[in-house]
Amino acid sequence: MSVVALAPAPRSGGASWAKGLGRLMRRPTARLGLAIVVAFLALTVLAGVLAPHSPFDQDLENTLSPPSLAHLFGTDQYGRDILSRVMYGSRTALLAILVADGFALVLGGACGLVAGFYGGWLDSAIMRLADVLLAFPYLLLALIIVAALGPSLLNSMIAIGIVYTPQYARLLRGQVLAVRETDYVLAARALGVGRPRIMLRHVLPNSFTPILVMATLQAGSVVVETAGLSFLGLGAQPPSPDWGAVLADGQTYFLSAWWIATFPGLAIFLVVLGFNLVGDALRDHFDPHRRMVK
Amino acid sequence: MAQYIVRRLVQLILVLIGISAVVFVTMHVLPGDVAVLLLGDKATAQQLAALRHQLGLDQPVYVQYFRFAADALQGDFGTSLRNSRPAFEEVWIAFPVTIQLSFAALFLATIIGVPLGVMAAVKPLSRFDNIVMTVSLFGVSMPIFWLGLMMILVFGAFLDLLPIGGLMAIGDEPPRVTGMSVVDSILSGDWHLIGESLEYLILPAATLGTIPLAIITRITRSEMLSVRTHDHVRTARAKGLPEARVIVKHVLRNALIPITTVIGLQLGLLLSGAVLTETIFSLPGLGRVMVNAILQRDYPVVQAGALLTAFLFVVVNLLVDLGYAYLDPRIRYR
Repeated sequence: MSVVALAPAPRSGGASWAKGLGRLMRRPTARLGLAIVVAFLALTVLAGVLAPHSPFDQDLENTLSPPSLAHLFGTDQYGRDILSRVMYGSRTALLAILVADGFALVLGGACGLVAGFYGGWLDSAIMRLADVLLAFPYLLLALIIVAALGPSLLNSMIAIGIVYTPQYARLLRGQVLAVRETDYVLAARALGVGRPRIMLRHVLPNSFTPILVMATLQAGSVVVETAGLSFLGLGAQPPSPDWGAVLADGQTYFLSAWWIATFPGLAIFLVVLGFNLVGDALRDHFDPHRRMVK
Repeated sequence: MAQYIVRRLVQLILVLIGISAVVFVTMHVLPGDVAVLLLGDKATAQQLAALRHQLGLDQPVYVQYFRFAADALQGDFGTSLRNSRPAFEEVWIAFPVTIQLSFAALFLATIIGVPLGVMAAVKPLSRFDNIVMTVSLFGVSMPIFWLGLMMILVFGAFLDLLPIGGLMAIGDEPPRVTGMSVVDSILSGDWHLIGESLEYLILPAATLGTIPLAIITRITRSEMLSVRTHDHVRTARAKGLPEARVIVKHVLRNALIPITTVIGLQLGLLLSGAVLTETIFSLPGLGRVMVNAILQRDYPVVQAGALLTAFLFVVVNLLVDLGYAYLDPRIRYR
């Protein structure tokens, strides 16, 4: 997993931002990605209204029934409606993005900001720790952390968050190092503004864009990795309608009831694809070098 | 070059110390008490205290770490809490399975990915290029645990072409020499076993190789495109060389350095990422051993597996870097 190098975004008025985004969305792949992401977000909100059944309701007379008009995605070994479970599962996926990505963004961002702004031994200490964490293969690191915290949905999200933290720290630190030397920061310093205030009010807002882009780029990976941990039995536990957990459920009955594992997997794939498409477009947009190559 | 190697080796040692400390500290913030875990809930306080003393758990953490590091250097990672076998042996037995799977996946990804990337780059933005780029984007977004199941369904169940799990048919295992089913089959000289071991390897390797395949295709294309505009390529064309020769000898050759690096880096990721594939195809590899150990809170095995994998990952990445520095002298002087 490489750290994405991003050129500092030009700070300019809202109008050019909107124009830039408009240009971004001219690409059909970006539009498709955005449509998928919007549909996914809408589903998380509307799952309660759209889902035909409760994700937990068992119907023991209707177990392992194939897709039909009554159950569009079929039912599982307890007769639970797979369509409803997939719909509710979108909420867990969103939660994974918010918790894991958010955790990495806040913790990694804070470390990178402090390391870049204060420099010295603090910088060395934080960055060496980040180097060590980056030296781990990411899935292995997640496994070790889950092993320490114990398998659960929240712990798997924290584990993925910790795995991504050093990437955010590195990226923001690089940005901060550049912004720290700009004239307006020097001016603020000359005016006698306190260091914490300079850091939070002047440096942070001007170095923040790239890590927001990175958060979008990572959202898809976060979904697939938390689902992967659940699939291994190290994340969400039954009867949670988490996509990875439903998939693991379906693996047992896979050869006789393919639909249980197929639909949640398809959902993961689409969401990851959506975020990747949007992320690709954003990266190209913020990286002038890539724009030139195109 | 020698100076560069020494510098990188010193860095490697520091990283390894860091890794061992992270693994150790993480394992020792385990919420459960190892003594309770070993003796069960009914143990008396004296029994627990005696066991803690025996395991050195009553010592300060840094003393425990140094003891752990000293033992680990001699290959002693303690014994498995499940079956009292040496923890390192547990992971070492499983390791060849993961190595074989990772190499097979990388092999497939490379022999398909590089030519695809080259062909896509020959006519950028053509229909073929668009198809390759779109499909490879699908590949990058694929949850491999799902892809594996789909492959089992299509090639195993519907078409009945390939076996769907395990290393070999039961009772058909070749005598164990390396622990890699294909290599052992070749060593046994039995054609039937060789064919069978390969058959069993195809689906897992294709599953694990999908994401690297997509990445290798994309990187090959983008490197080809960036080299294409260089002056030496224009010169080659101006000399009147046939297009195929320009592409292979002048563009691809120069693009190969970064491509090789990416391929090498994928190997490290595959070694650790094989766990999902091993689970789907019931392969007794390192990842599977680790997950079982985590679920059963067998922390010496987790520790041994984590250190072995991280160690290999770091060493493979170092070798890739050194190879890169060898191929591209500019790196050494940075």
